[in-house]
Amino acid sequence: MSAEPGLPVLLTGNHAVAWGARLARPKVAPVYPITPQTPVLELLTEFQARGEFDAEIITVESEHSVMSACIPASLAGVRVFTATASQGLLLMHELLHYAAGARAPIVMANINRTVASPWAFWPDQTDSLAQRDTGWIQYYVETAQEALDTVLQAYRVAEQVLLPVMVNLDAFYVSHALEPVLLPSQAVVDAYLPPFEPRHRLDTARVESWGNVVSQDMFYRHRQATEDSMARVPGLAADADREWSERTQRSWGVVERYRCEDAATVIVTLGSMCGTARDAVDEMRAAGQAVGLVKLRLFRPLPVAALRAALTGVEDVVVLDRNHSPGCGGVLHQELRAALYGMPLAPRIHGLLAGVGGVNVPVDKICGFVRGVVGKPTVPESMWVR
Amino acid sequence: MDKIELHEEPMLCAGHAACPGCVDALSVRHVLAMLGPDTMAVIPPSCMAIIAGPQPYSSLKIPVYQPTLEASAAAASGLRRALDAQGKRETTVIVLAGDGGTYDIGFQCLSSAAERNENFIYFCLDNEGYMNTGAQKSSSTPHYAWTGSTPAGKTSRKKNMTEIMAAHGVPYVATASVGHLADLKRKVMRAKAMRGTRFITLLIPCLDGWGLADDAGLTAARLAVETGAFPLYEIEDGRRYTLNADKTRPIGEYLALQRRYRHMSAEQVGALQVEIDDGWARLQRHAALDPALPA
Repeated sequence: MSAEPGLPVLLTGNHAVAWGARLARPKVAPVYPITPQTPVLELLTEFQARGEFDAEIITVESEHSVMSACIPASLAGVRVFTATASQGLLLMHELLHYAAGARAPIVMANINRTVASPWAFWPDQTDSLAQRDTGWIQYYVETAQEALDTVLQAYRVAEQVLLPVMVNLDAFYVSHALEPVLLPSQAVVDAYLPPFEPRHRLDTARVESWGNVVSQDMFYRHRQATEDSMARVPGLAADADREWSERTQRSWGVVERYRCEDAATVIVTLGSMCGTARDAVDEMRAAGQAVGLVKLRLFRPLPVAALRAALTGVEDVVVLDRNHSPGCGGVLHQELRAALYGMPLAPRIHGLLAGVGGVNVPVDKICGFVRGVVGKPTVPESMWVR
Repeated sequence: MDKIELHEEPMLCAGHAACPGCVDALSVRHVLAMLGPDTMAVIPPSCMAIIAGPQPYSSLKIPVYQPTLEASAAAASGLRRALDAQGKRETTVIVLAGDGGTYDIGFQCLSSAAERNENFIYFCLDNEGYMNTGAQKSSSTPHYAWTGSTPAGKTSRKKNMTEIMAAHGVPYVATASVGHLADLKRKVMRAKAMRGTRFITLLIPCLDGWGLADDAGLTAARLAVETGAFPLYEIEDGRRYTLNADKTRPIGEYLALQRRYRHMSAEQVGALQVEIDDGWARLQRHAALDPALPA
């Protein structure tokens, strides 16, 4: 596939991810198929078969082995890419912690899919939100173009802080929908992403090791160092986005504010739901309601300062959660409550479990959800809405 | 007794954390001396991970990556491919894993790596149980052996990992013992000269876990071979067999050294002897039917 420079090509979110990975020039890509991630894997292997992707692809027997292979490959000093979804991400759970602990700047796309049981194949972000404590940086994207750009920005950030990055896109809505996508040239990407040359690496000429048992004090300091690196991420992610926009004229922000000027009410959500929420905002604005949208693109680390700035002066925040943490409700709802707690004149935060299990959340429903809660007292629990 | 002169560059340094008299440390010392400094080791949680030393120390003069317990062969695959991508194709990647990390929890990814014929040497340091956690049963624990989780003796046989690995059709599978040092060294050098997945099981008598006297590790290692409890053999390409040592003694001599077999009745010893004789006869048939090609 080739594109005329400057002309978009039609790509699914999955294929846009594969293009992002190809352009980043990783050297090792362990992979294992799972619906709905499989087209990422298949396009990468096709690129390789055509001689367009110079990476060691390892077709292992499980996602657990995918991540197990990713970590020492990254520690050996090469760029590493993989992709997964749902159960695959859960099977990796132990290794997600291990990767972050090893400070391995792996980039992985995760296609958000319901978590069994029961079995289902619908868009739902519980899979990745349940990994929020693993030490991975997490992005949530809305479109195929954003998916491609974010894979490249992810490497840029990961390799500066030596932490792994997960780029999350919703099953089918983003992963399988065809959209026009501008493919950046290899030269643009190469200038943006210099070769990965870590200061420490597994190398017989250097004789450095990783994983040996440590003392309590060393473990404590290691965690502190990880937190210090995480704290740098919102700024570095904003820089990475700005530098990308200077080269491509495309910027996605860390926290995007859509029609938030003078907004009394702001919807906050993640991923593909932002697209529908934009239309809902337009509709409500047309009807004279001062409603805006905050799209949270970077979820871990949570950009608390940016969220507080974006929501200062807002009366009602309506959080739409396409995930479910039993006993807790919506993960984003609880994160927002924690982030805004203690803020002077903090907005009322309404948490709505909308879209759990992939149920459709159309524009008119979102308008109805917003009208139903605006001005009402808040409750700590998230509310089930359809 | 013959005195063996060693002229080896030590790759496993003095001061490591192994128990006094440990056969694990002794075995790895010789393996690493054969492989040399252009080697990288993947060492999952196991006695060897402890011997490798707590941060910031390392008893090994090579880089070590310690993966999770169940992931050694997958980790070695990732490491190998990264080195290949960097043009470091001559660096030898090895795994030094215990039997728990190989026969049990690490088996799935090992089978997959062998199917892909990944280019590394996997050493299973087989002490026939979870000795690092205080001697519990693994699927490598032999029939009748006492462990902390089989207090009345194990009721099933030891998994035959050597044959399972050979069934993957990998270039080289062997058993070896530091009690037969020349044979061990030859096998390490033979494996080193090949490419693809190579798998060597080293029997590691565990002084504490087996209930051996402090100076009985090597005696147990030799008797394991001489009684046929742990036959020394090689399998090339999954089918050509070579037996490397004869079975010359009854199993009772091997059992008598070890506290883990002390509860066995005479009938059980007899039954175990039959199992070992059957296994030996089967190996002889293989070796006769499908011998190694002339060198």
